[in-house]
Amino acid sequence: MNIAAWLILLLPLFSAVVIGLGAFRSRKVSAAISVGAVVGSFLLTLLLIRAGGELRTSVTWLEFEGLQIDIGLQIDTLSKLMLCVVTGIGGLIHIFSLGYMKEDMDFSRYFAFLSLFVFSMIGIVLADNFVMMFIFWELVGISSYLLIGFWFDKSSAADAAKKAFLTNRVGDFGFLIGILMVWAALGSVGFADLSNALSGETAAVTGLAGFLIFCGAMGKSAQFPLHVWLPDAMEGPTPVSALIHAATMVAAGVYMLCRVFFLIDGTWAMEAIAWIGGLTSLMAALMAVQQDDIKRILAYSTLSQLGYMVMAVGLGSPDAAMFHLSTHASFKALLFLGAGSVIVALHHEQDIWKMGGLRDRMPRTYWTFFIGTMALCGVPLFSGFFSKEAIIDVALQSNLLLFLVAVFVALLTTFYMTRLFIVAFMGEPRSAQAKRAKESPALMTVPLLVLAVPSVLAGYYNAHAPNPLVLCASLVMLVFGMLVANTVYSGAKADPLPARFVWLAKAMRGRFWFDEMYQWLIDRVQENLAKLAEAIDRRVIAGLMVRGTHGTTELAGRVLRLTQTGNLKAYAFWFAIGMAALLVFTLS
Amino acid sequence: MEPLLNHYLLVSGALFAIGLLGVIVRRNLLIIYMSLELMLNAANVALVAMSRFNGNLDGQVMVFFIITVAAAEVSVGLALIVALYRKRQTADVEDLATMKL
Repeated sequence: MNIAAWLILLLPLFSAVVIGLGAFRSRKVSAAISVGAVVGSFLLTLLLIRAGGELRTSVTWLEFEGLQIDIGLQIDTLSKLMLCVVTGIGGLIHIFSLGYMKEDMDFSRYFAFLSLFVFSMIGIVLADNFVMMFIFWELVGISSYLLIGFWFDKSSAADAAKKAFLTNRVGDFGFLIGILMVWAALGSVGFADLSNALSGETAAVTGLAGFLIFCGAMGKSAQFPLHVWLPDAMEGPTPVSALIHAATMVAAGVYMLCRVFFLIDGTWAMEAIAWIGGLTSLMAALMAVQQDDIKRILAYSTLSQLGYMVMAVGLGSPDAAMFHLSTHASFKALLFLGAGSVIVALHHEQDIWKMGGLRDRMPRTYWTFFIGTMALCGVPLFSGFFSKEAIIDVALQSNLLLFLVAVFVALLTTFYMTRLFIVAFMGEPRSAQAKRAKESPALMTVPLLVLAVPSVLAGYYNAHAPNPLVLCASLVMLVFGMLVANTVYSGAKADPLPARFVWLAKAMRGRFWFDEMYQWLIDRVQENLAKLAEAIDRRVIAGLMVRGTHGTTELAGRVLRLTQTGNLKAYAFWFAIGMAALLVFTLS
Repeated sequence: MEPLLNHYLLVSGALFAIGLLGVIVRRNLLIIYMSLELMLNAANVALVAMSRFNGNLDGQVMVFFIITVAAAEVSVGLALIVALYRKRQTADVEDLATMKL
């Protein structure tokens, strides 16, 4: 079993290395290795789940006085669920990519990066201590950078990759400090040791440490102040968006919070996490309402759903968060891949106002997208219904205000998803490409069909009867949202909202000007800091210290040069004086 | 009156001072050189006297070595002075100030 666990982790790495070292010459071989590795990991995961029980295996990597760092795997219920999501959905995305990236020049490079990404993600899932998690955390950062910037000759893609990486680094800085604080306070970095070492008096430390650790999740899971990278990351190939935004990278933050929940449980950090989650979900849902790019709508929807999960963690229910994470992973991957299928059919047209009427032209994509939309909106009996219900239920029990936020977000979700669905798939085609659209090949539609199954059924493994009040509230919101979206957008040729709510629509379209705000902040603060640093460097370091040293030395040299008369007798005189002084000095 | 160590040391000191004064005030390189020898021998006198009064022969052995080395040194030094004189037609240190910037 230990070998199986290690293989799950190492197969994708092996694939990335082999492709990188030589297999890249052959497109077929690279793709086969990459898909084979992730499918192999998935099968091994199923094997582990079948075997049941918990498993821990580790090798010591570093040992210092007071610090031991292992590379260890921890396989329990939490990581099994997550492994299933990562390798299962990751595998389907690999297969979908075979079709989507068929015509790309750098097909092999794409699969090498994909394998590297899956390797890093599995590392986070299996890590049994903070340091190993942090290493793989950064590996996910770098491989997402490579994937988002895959088409790096497009400057927007290169910028988006940079933005994603840097934004994540901001959060990771907090994460690292949090890890150090935890280590300083509790003397260990292993999750098992930490949970043993935790006692009442350390709670004050872990509050701050917990919040700093949450900063890491804030970056990866794109929560409120650091959410800006995720919509831009849509510049990557669509399967990458599905992988990063649905199943893996953004889920890593939530997963990590659930993994270290014992540390933050009961501290003030929980409150902050819950509010940040709620705020993110509300804000992202509002932004999603006025986007026109099919992938961006889905990206904001991801943000909003991640906000839900983080809120659930903050309200003390990691179970609900993980439940929503797993159902969301399947239906959001389905939606993204569906969007990918549409984008390919329309020759890389992403504006929903240039789509329309795709229902008859792309029936398989249409039906699977329909299922994904239903699941995301939380229509009863679809998977999203149960998990969303669970989170809203948690909110109702602990924080009324957040409950209202969650319900309102559910309304917005229904509204923007119905809008997307009606505008893109129903009505008449609004562009020449949409008229000529054809269904995608089987390589792309089969993963969609496969993903449709968990999108419907994934909710049942943890389903329980919902609270009647929650059920009523969300059903009312669901019906209301669909009706409103249907009235507004059915048969519409352009979005009627901007004309009616000028300022609100503008703010939503402008994404509440976060990018501009950060730009301004960087221009002002960072630019001035840079100027200050430059001044210090130029004046103090270069001016006073470097040139000062050189100046005083030269001045002393000039003065001393006066004594160099070249006169032998003078030298002899000074020499004698010196010796006499030395004698007096030593003898007295 | 039996001479004491002090007397020898006074002689040695006087020799040394005279030598030093010569080095400082005289202009001719040859004379300066001779003054230097005087200082060297002042040290020798002190060493021999110390050796004699302490009943330890180490100082005298040292003096033998110094004399030997000084002989070699004198030949080198004089050769240098002669060479310098041939080149510059002077042995006056006032004229030999090319080290000055």
